[in-house]
Amino acid sequence: MSEQTRRPGPRMGGPRHPGGHPGQMMPAQKAKDFKGSLKRLVGYLRPRRGTLIVIFLTAILSTVFSIASPKILGKAITKLLEGVIAMAKGTPGAGIDFTYITQILLILIGLYLFSAAFSYIQQYLMAGVAQKVVYDMREQINAKLSRLPLKYFDSRTHGEILSRATNDVDNISTTLQQSLTQLITSIVTLVGVIVMMLSISPWMTLILIVTLPLSFIVIKAVASRSQKHFMAQQASLGQLNGHVEEMYTGHKIVKAFGRERESVEDFNKINEKLYSSGWKAQFISGIIMPMMMFIGNIGYVLVCVVGGIFVTHGRITIGDVQAFIQYARQFTQPIMQTANIANIIQSTIASAERVFELLDEEEEVPEAADAAVLNNPKGAVEFEHVRFGYKEDAMLIEDMNIDVKPGQTIAIVGPTGAGKTTLINLLMRFYELNGGAITIDGVNITHLKRGNLRSIFGMVLQDTWLFNGTIMENIAYGRAGATNEEVIEAAKAAHADHFIRTLPDGYDTVLNEEASNISQGQKQLLTIARAILADPSILILDEATSSVDTRTEVFIQKAMNDLMKGRTSFVIAHRLSTIRDADLILVMNQGSVIEKGNHEELLAKGGFYADLYNSQFSGGSIQEVV
Amino acid sequence: MLKLFRSLKPFWLLILFTFVLVFLQSMSDLYLPTLMSDIVDKGIIEGDIPYIWKIGGFMLAVALGGAICSIAASYLSAKVAGGFGRSMRSRVFQHVQNFSLQEFDKLGTASLITRTTNDIAQTQQVLTMMLRMMISAPMMCIGGIIMAVSKDAKLSLIIVVIVPVLAGSIAIIAGMGMPLFKAMQVKLDKLNRVLRENLTGIRVIRSFNRIQHEQERFKEANYDLTSTAVRVNKIMAAMMPIMMIVMNLSTIAIVWFGGLRIRDGHMQVGDLMAFIQYAMQIMFSLIMVSMVFVMVPRASASAARINEVLSITPDIDDPLVAQSSEEGRGYLEFRDVTFSYPGAEQPALSGISFTAKPGETTAIIGGTGSGKSTLLSLIPRFYDVAEGSVLVDGVDVREMTQEELRAKIGFVPQKALLFTGTIADNIRYGKKDATDEEIREAADIAQATEFIMNMKDGFESEIAQGGNNVSGGQKQRLSIARALVRRPEIYAFDDSFSALDFKTDAKLRSALKPVTRDATVLLVAQRVSTVMDADRIIVLDEGRIAGIGTHRELMETSDVYREIVSSQLSEEEIA
Repeated sequence: MSEQTRRPGPRMGGPRHPGGHPGQMMPAQKAKDFKGSLKRLVGYLRPRRGTLIVIFLTAILSTVFSIASPKILGKAITKLLEGVIAMAKGTPGAGIDFTYITQILLILIGLYLFSAAFSYIQQYLMAGVAQKVVYDMREQINAKLSRLPLKYFDSRTHGEILSRATNDVDNISTTLQQSLTQLITSIVTLVGVIVMMLSISPWMTLILIVTLPLSFIVIKAVASRSQKHFMAQQASLGQLNGHVEEMYTGHKIVKAFGRERESVEDFNKINEKLYSSGWKAQFISGIIMPMMMFIGNIGYVLVCVVGGIFVTHGRITIGDVQAFIQYARQFTQPIMQTANIANIIQSTIASAERVFELLDEEEEVPEAADAAVLNNPKGAVEFEHVRFGYKEDAMLIEDMNIDVKPGQTIAIVGPTGAGKTTLINLLMRFYELNGGAITIDGVNITHLKRGNLRSIFGMVLQDTWLFNGTIMENIAYGRAGATNEEVIEAAKAAHADHFIRTLPDGYDTVLNEEASNISQGQKQLLTIARAILADPSILILDEATSSVDTRTEVFIQKAMNDLMKGRTSFVIAHRLSTIRDADLILVMNQGSVIEKGNHEELLAKGGFYADLYNSQFSGGSIQEVV
Repeated sequence: MLKLFRSLKPFWLLILFTFVLVFLQSMSDLYLPTLMSDIVDKGIIEGDIPYIWKIGGFMLAVALGGAICSIAASYLSAKVAGGFGRSMRSRVFQHVQNFSLQEFDKLGTASLITRTTNDIAQTQQVLTMMLRMMISAPMMCIGGIIMAVSKDAKLSLIIVVIVPVLAGSIAIIAGMGMPLFKAMQVKLDKLNRVLRENLTGIRVIRSFNRIQHEQERFKEANYDLTSTAVRVNKIMAAMMPIMMIVMNLSTIAIVWFGGLRIRDGHMQVGDLMAFIQYAMQIMFSLIMVSMVFVMVPRASASAARINEVLSITPDIDDPLVAQSSEEGRGYLEFRDVTFSYPGAEQPALSGISFTAKPGETTAIIGGTGSGKSTLLSLIPRFYDVAEGSVLVDGVDVREMTQEELRAKIGFVPQKALLFTGTIADNIRYGKKDATDEEIREAADIAQATEFIMNMKDGFESEIAQGGNNVSGGQKQRLSIARALVRRPEIYAFDDSFSALDFKTDAKLRSALKPVTRDATVLLVAQRVSTVMDADRIIVLDEGRIAGIGTHRELMETSDVYREIVSSQLSEEEIA
């Protein structure tokens, strides 16, 4: 008897349904192009067609065997009853035919063993297929990400991209692993059960099928009612999480302004709302099970009664009733399961679609086949009639021409948010120009291999990026194959050696995920060391020292000056004193270059730069302030 | 876990009712096969059709009763679990609100957020499951055994054999699978971490030409994860078939031995049929229990994390008898203050002494990690000093209520933090009953009015979570306005002008001048130009005062200060 054995197995550690709620009717996400995405997802399975066919066959066989068994078991029961009735009637020589029963039971044992073996083979093979498909998918995503232009990353949150690469792929993995074969077995079970029931008694089958619409009505009514509460629950949960996040990150402010009480009051208000929608959603979705069970029980009772009457009339045997009861119990199961799986598949296709969307994003302009390589770049940079804007209809740079000789320093100045990173994006070809050209040593950067172009530059960005690994590894990132001595050399040049050595594990100190075990200034020092190690021809310093304290900056400034010797440098900084000596100053505001020239020229011009400069350094204003 | 469930006490009556209802429902489920066996043994064998109808009707009534009990139980358990979640959340949140920054540092903000939200949700979910399944499963199991024994005690011996076999095989498979599941989670985290690092560091990776390297790192993690996942799933593939085999073989055993007993007249056919159903119910409930066991460890990890939060008692508490400052306003004194962060080898601050009076500006300058921000955080008593004392208006800050102390201070943090709500709401955060007039004035001084008015809804413009829809400089100005609207005795600016361009910075500071005339101003700064004409400049170096005095005095006496100055200003400006 396998009444309950076909229930979905415990989803241990599975990412979906953390609580494994029965009948939790969450609204499923819908795919935009269901058919197309389904087709494409199926495409991933095609190379493993052979295995899949075996899986499907074993699934069907295992189900068929398990469906056949109640009917055969029923025969044994019938024999028993016949014997009992015969004995009750006092028929001479009456008894229970044990040889027959033994035979039946042996056949059953065989069937059960086959069924279990096939079911194991199916699950076992599916594990390989599902995980390998997902493996391929992840590899594809990762490879794709490395080919996507920066534009893609800048226009999306990390969370959004991450969720496609992890949650969505996980979702697909679980579905492949569990739901796909479940769908097959459910359908086979349903068909098989109906066939078996019809073969026992069409009338009793009819009675049972009549209870079906009842189930649908119940599910529908409950689901639509709970939807509302689930939505309300989701909304207040979001609100609650938002409030908690805000209050915890802003804890200092809450304390500083003595607003703890208000914060708790707000929290309790949201919490109350969450409670009232939460328990209702929970309750309403929780009654689906009992109601379905009740409907199932109605069917059970009817089968017992009608079956009992039929047996007394001699129309069917008692064993058939026993078998029918088992089938009846198996009957509602696959229906609910298929409904559930339909939901799951829908959300899986939606997930697959999001993954495919990512895979279909427009890639970076491919490298020219005959892309050039600059071996010993001198560092001459020229902008020729450069036109650029992040959006077609809003150009930020129109016809910009600059000519930088090797070894010159270019300062980029402007208020925060003036879009100074734009220049970097263009130099490194993170973004494509809308017109004109940028050349290095006379070669258009679009004709260079990307790897070569980027190796010409060394940069220290405002947001220090370090990864979870040792300090040694993080600095060595600047150049593949750097020796430990070279790393330490670079750290010394960046004045990071001292602080590294004061850490408990020195260069082997592992930076945690947020790199929160060292200070912002120290992080900056490490990224400087990394850039020093890379030994580039052109430097880009992006407010590199803004979080390093002034005193340390003296040292860094010295190291930088050494580093900048003989190299073309683009410096973005707030400190006008360091920029004054620049060969060329680009003044940026609201994304565009509004002035350019050297310090004297710009001062003489009396424009934006002069304004900026005077507000900082004119002696008069300093006396006034503070 | 158990400790946490102690807070279920207020719900004990509801829980008791849930138990009773689940018990009744289980009983009704178990009673149905008994009735069915009556139909077979009495109705069918004797051909008594009215009896069959009668029992059938009775069965329907029992089934209905069971359904009603189950629905009622679902109602109660939803209320209990929901109520538990609500009270837990509220308890944890209130508790955390009382934490000082010290406790926040200890657990980490992100971790505290997960504990308050996810971990509680997780335990709540398990509680729901327990109320629904964990109670009903043992009851079904025990009830099934009782019914089986009452039908035929000898045949029940089969159950005695089957149950350990089933439980044992589940335990073995789970025992093999669980460590792998844990390993899989770790590997999944690793993969996600690599991916996240790839996203956050995309510019660096590309500029250093390390795409290939990152690809390999990912591939390695991916392969590692996949091979474990395959292994786990291959082991778990045995779970269902084995359970099926055990259940099915026990059915066969029941039919075989039952048949023997029927032959000997100890038992009837209907009883046998009922017996089979009892056995199934018992085994099914075992499987349910095993499912719950899978969830419990996860939930108990969550529960442990929540307990950890609740067991922390905030270091900083209001004194039993609070003192009020009587004299004056804005007098600040540090008396030989030493402070260490917990677990740190070296004190972050040591031997700090100075006084500041209303109308004076005290600037603090020094290297990274020299203790500037720490010094400032001691004034609103975000941390308690280890030695010495901080006095505000002549009273030790530890002897005042935190409320009274903080009401005197206008604090502007290094990292400007805004809350969701309108701009006016955010500024009003500094003073609950601030009039629109006062808010406008504060915004004016903070040089924020111009950009506020440029926004669509002016002061009523909404700030997104984390203030992501305004720039860093704008955030800073709003956070300054928030402190200004308080009109506090003491202003504490923690490097609060760093994101402003020079022009705005200068304008803001000259507008601040008249406002802060009667107040004590402390400001941490990086730029010499910001501190140059403060009444007192404190130069910090590795937690100690390396020099204290005016710009001119320090230029004479402090090497550290001279170094800082020469790195930023040219000759004529120094003079």
